[in-house]
Amino acid sequence: MARDTVRFYLNDALVERGDVRPDETLLDFLRLEKMLRGTKEGCAEGDCGACSVLVGRLDGEGLVYEAVNACIRFVGSLDGTHVVTVEHLAGRDGALHPVQQAMVDYHGSQCGFCTPGFVISLYGLWLENPNPSVPEVERALQGNLCRCTGYAPIVRAAQSISSYGQAAEDALNAEREAIRARLAGLRDGQRVEVRSAGGTVIVPADVDDLAAVFTEHPEATIIAGSTDVGLWVTKFMRDISPVVFIGHLMREISVSGEAITFGAGVSYTQAFGVIAEHIPQMRELFERIGGAQVRNMGTIGGNIANGSPIGDTPPPLIALGASITLRKGDARRVVKLEDFFIEYGRQDRAEGEFVEAVTVPLPRADEMFATYKISKRREEDITATLGAFRVKVADGVVAEAVIAYGGMAGTPKRANAVEAALVGKPWTMETIAAAIPAFETDYQPLTDWRASADYRMLAARNLLRRFFIESGGDVARIVRHEVA
Amino acid sequence: MTALDARKPIRGGVHISQRHDSAHKHVAGTAEYIDDMVEPTGTLHAYLGLSTSAHGEIVAIDLDAVRAAPGVVGVLTAGDVPGHNDVSPVGKHDEPIFAEGKVSFWGQPMFAVIAETRDQARRAAHRAKVEYRELPFAGDVAAARAAGGELVTENMTLKRGDVAAGLASAPRRIAGTVTMGGQDHFYLEGQIAMAVPGEDDEVTLYSSTQHPSEIQHMVGHALGVPSNAVNVISRRMGGGFGGKETQGNLFAVVAAIAAKKYGRAVKIRPDRDDDMTATGKRHDFVVDYDVGYDDEGRITAVDAVYAARCGYAADLSGAVTDRALFHADNAYFYPAVRLQSEPLRTNTVSNTAFRGFGGPQGMVACERWIEEIAYSLGKDPLDVRKANFYGEGERNVTPYHQTVTDNIIGRIVDELEASADYRARRAAIVEFNRTSPILKRGIALTPVKFGISFTMTAFNQAGALVHIYKDGSIHLNHGGTEMGQGLYVKVAQVLADTFQVDLDKVKITATTTAKVPNTSATAASSGSDLNGMAAANAAGQIKARLVAFAAEKYGVAEDAVVFEPNCVLIGNQRFDWADFIDQAYFGRVQLSAAGFYKTPDIHWDRAAGKGQPFFYFAYGASCSEVIVDTLTGEYMVERVDILHDVGKSLNPAIDIGQIEGGFIQGMGWLTTEELWWDAKGRLRTHAPSTYKIPLASDVPKIFNIKLAEWSENKAPTIGRSKAVGEPPFMLAMSVPEALSMAAASVVDYAIPPRMDTPATPERVLMTIERLKREAAAR
Repeated sequence: MARDTVRFYLNDALVERGDVRPDETLLDFLRLEKMLRGTKEGCAEGDCGACSVLVGRLDGEGLVYEAVNACIRFVGSLDGTHVVTVEHLAGRDGALHPVQQAMVDYHGSQCGFCTPGFVISLYGLWLENPNPSVPEVERALQGNLCRCTGYAPIVRAAQSISSYGQAAEDALNAEREAIRARLAGLRDGQRVEVRSAGGTVIVPADVDDLAAVFTEHPEATIIAGSTDVGLWVTKFMRDISPVVFIGHLMREISVSGEAITFGAGVSYTQAFGVIAEHIPQMRELFERIGGAQVRNMGTIGGNIANGSPIGDTPPPLIALGASITLRKGDARRVVKLEDFFIEYGRQDRAEGEFVEAVTVPLPRADEMFATYKISKRREEDITATLGAFRVKVADGVVAEAVIAYGGMAGTPKRANAVEAALVGKPWTMETIAAAIPAFETDYQPLTDWRASADYRMLAARNLLRRFFIESGGDVARIVRHEVA
Repeated sequence: MTALDARKPIRGGVHISQRHDSAHKHVAGTAEYIDDMVEPTGTLHAYLGLSTSAHGEIVAIDLDAVRAAPGVVGVLTAGDVPGHNDVSPVGKHDEPIFAEGKVSFWGQPMFAVIAETRDQARRAAHRAKVEYRELPFAGDVAAARAAGGELVTENMTLKRGDVAAGLASAPRRIAGTVTMGGQDHFYLEGQIAMAVPGEDDEVTLYSSTQHPSEIQHMVGHALGVPSNAVNVISRRMGGGFGGKETQGNLFAVVAAIAAKKYGRAVKIRPDRDDDMTATGKRHDFVVDYDVGYDDEGRITAVDAVYAARCGYAADLSGAVTDRALFHADNAYFYPAVRLQSEPLRTNTVSNTAFRGFGGPQGMVACERWIEEIAYSLGKDPLDVRKANFYGEGERNVTPYHQTVTDNIIGRIVDELEASADYRARRAAIVEFNRTSPILKRGIALTPVKFGISFTMTAFNQAGALVHIYKDGSIHLNHGGTEMGQGLYVKVAQVLADTFQVDLDKVKITATTTAKVPNTSATAASSGSDLNGMAAANAAGQIKARLVAFAAEKYGVAEDAVVFEPNCVLIGNQRFDWADFIDQAYFGRVQLSAAGFYKTPDIHWDRAAGKGQPFFYFAYGASCSEVIVDTLTGEYMVERVDILHDVGKSLNPAIDIGQIEGGFIQGMGWLTTEELWWDAKGRLRTHAPSTYKIPLASDVPKIFNIKLAEWSENKAPTIGRSKAVGEPPFMLAMSVPEALSMAAASVVDYAIPPRMDTPATPERVLMTIERLKREAAAR
């Protein structure tokens, strides 16, 4: 049995669509079909946040609202969710919402075009965290660009919202049980399969259904967070039909004493707590992947499966010895992550096979581990180079070294020659210096708009130096906000 | 008398912080931008087809697949332009709407496709097949010079004193080259226009433009109809920053041609990539300098050439490069000086206005030699600055022979130096750097002096139209446009103040060429100076009529008619405002007036390089502290203190917003915003994923901004205020200089850092590496 409509709530109304096109974005649906034009298009690539909306989804027994970029969110992926736009915030009497009133009173808008997106991001933050600190506000706003205000008044507004009203009394919190029940009512356990002139949309009922669908349609485009595939559509106008939306699947996280296993659909946001607790060395990196909207949508599985040489998670996961579970039908195989990336644009993934889970061994107490990202702008930027280092020193001598970089080759890649130059040597700056020339053997980076080859090489080498210095307990990098 | 004497003052007069008039609508999502308007039935959508060659002859262009694409109604090429195939804003006829025969930059419009939906038009536009015969192209200043150095417009020279002698006799001399990058405006609302055809030759344009009158003229020019057939309406822009001074012309013209051809409304909105590829940006400059100075760091002579990448056409490059020269002195006196502009033609998009309009480039170059002089003498750059500031009563003539008569830079800098605790912090930073092996800090305090007025004297005029309706409500219209800077509310405050009514009695209405004609661009920071005065003039006319009417009707002297808060006192009778206006209507008083203003006392002779181009100067200073990672070049701005002069502020909250926002935008230009072209001349940083403007997390951790509250404009401006749009942008110059200091610390400040901008982490690290190499070679 399959249902032939996509159903979700938009503000107060149920939307049921039997003609959803595979590449239909939420932003176009809102602006062109629903004439809800408070949500703006600024870039159509998920980088500016002008199109931010909240999407509420059931999370186990709970209900979470997350800011997402409507420009790269596909309508077909919204089945069973609650979409909240800026039009939903003001009271029925027209009175501004506390978030909105704070923005007005603190002069948080100038031209006003980015403002609805900021309001949504701040609203999402305030629902979860009514009294955010400056670092928390900055993190929540990494995905929102403003060209007029210089942000300072917006940050001040963000910290004052609770003086205008109580988050607990806000409609989305006060009516949470009713909304949860409404969304639960949309769950019928069925696959969604919508065929229209524009192509085919499939939302599998569960992961076994996904396995069946993908075996049947190995040509399908699998979309989890759509932070990458979204751009295939909005930038390159690529035909992606048939599509299979999997963002609601494989969202389990399990932690054992030695490893964490992330389902392939776990978003960066969802993973953050576990990462911060068990692999705190990766916390800073996770705070710098995209902006909040991208972290709410994007998945670790997608970051791996798309094979990008500049994905942020593969180098540290390779350094930690991560493996992935690939599944086709009922057959599964486990591949070491570093072996998954064959060359630029090619991975060890058979037709009809998909990434089901990623297992990440925790750094052991006798190992040193760190990962550092270099980008032109500190936050919400794509990596120029990113290094990850796991080194075990016994009796002052390097017993094991696993080093991987992104942005230095056509794939995320281990620094085999550098590792070899370290192992068996005393853990000293002299050893590091002696290993530096080996970078030339491991990498021949490219020059592009993010960085020159020379800078990539120099920065990559210096990240190893930084790792050595910090392994001694010093902080040798700039930290904007100390972790509380 | 009675308790009535204690009437509350009006809500929303001048010199008081007021919210942006659209703030409520901004946050509610109800502020209407052009793409949010309900489209007329049958609206079509246009999309541009852009070239994929930086310089080439069009050998063949096949648009059959475009025409055959789903939803396509038609295709426009040069032959479909009824009037002139040109949108040059300066009458040079060098900017075709659609390229003919050859293309001169990658991304040049060649045709437009018109379709039922925007998505259809956009998809169809990419189906063109074009064959080029590639020609050699000059992408930047060096290549343009190598190819012969063709200029897009006449260059300018400013001269005062004997430069050759000043250089020859100088005890010390430095010569070098400083480069600075361009900048994309990155207005959040991209370019957009919608044209609605009318009867006969008429057409109405909704355009996101800073210059409705120019849109009107361009549309008339392209359609071959007089200006009176074209009405242009602009309620608000989602950001402008200069990027919508001339760059909206193309889009408005294409929409208008299509609307008239097909008899349907036509909307055109490029995607972000095309917007950034096909529209002009801030000019990048290469400045070659030769500077003489003495052992105290006092400059004796400056000889400099300012080469700019202007792109394939002139656009506003002449005025931009002129303004670079006008600001080559920043706040410093040059005893002898020769400055020459070199506006070079390149095979890139034609560069255009951007906040500061060449001024920032002139000033960044100037601060480079100040910095270099300081390092060469082992002095604190602030001391070199002070030694060179314009004097009061002496040493006060600019390179363009205007005398600086309103100089307050000394007081501004002294106050900031104290409030920012500059000296002690600098000493602490030097000490920190001595002991910190990897992380280094830097601090810098830089001044700003910025000339206010269009250097094209004719542009310094403005009009306004004010109506008072029978119920006492007021309709305000003027030639200025609203791009977020708060112009509308400031002018409304002027009106509220003049009539002594609450601000909410004043209705702010969209800028329209049909109400106020022949307006100048809302640019050069001039918006409230010009339009505020024009509105005050209109209000004054009505007020004079009201006073005469009241005096006659009630038999009192005119000075016995007093406009009190929301009422009028006539002799000893007091009337409610609405009641009084009702009486005036029945007394047949004309309750409407067109106001006009032209800036007095300014003149400019470009050929002679002499005159008084500026009505006054705005001043400011900033002090920035940064920390740099010398392993990677990564950095963070720790603290910024700003003291800025807006005269007697019309609206302090709005002005502080301009300062905060201008500083951050300037910081972006000088740090992470980098334009990058590939070997084929194609811009590869054309979206926010690749072009990095500052984020909330890039704002200085400590950010103190103060207005120089004691300042009053010596010139008779509206409320003695000063312009605020552009000057704060240049406050950001202290950031790269602080980064330079941190970099120079690795060689104990013994070598001038000479770091160009944008100071990306890469450039910072490469500067550090170069300094280390230079030190080792010594």
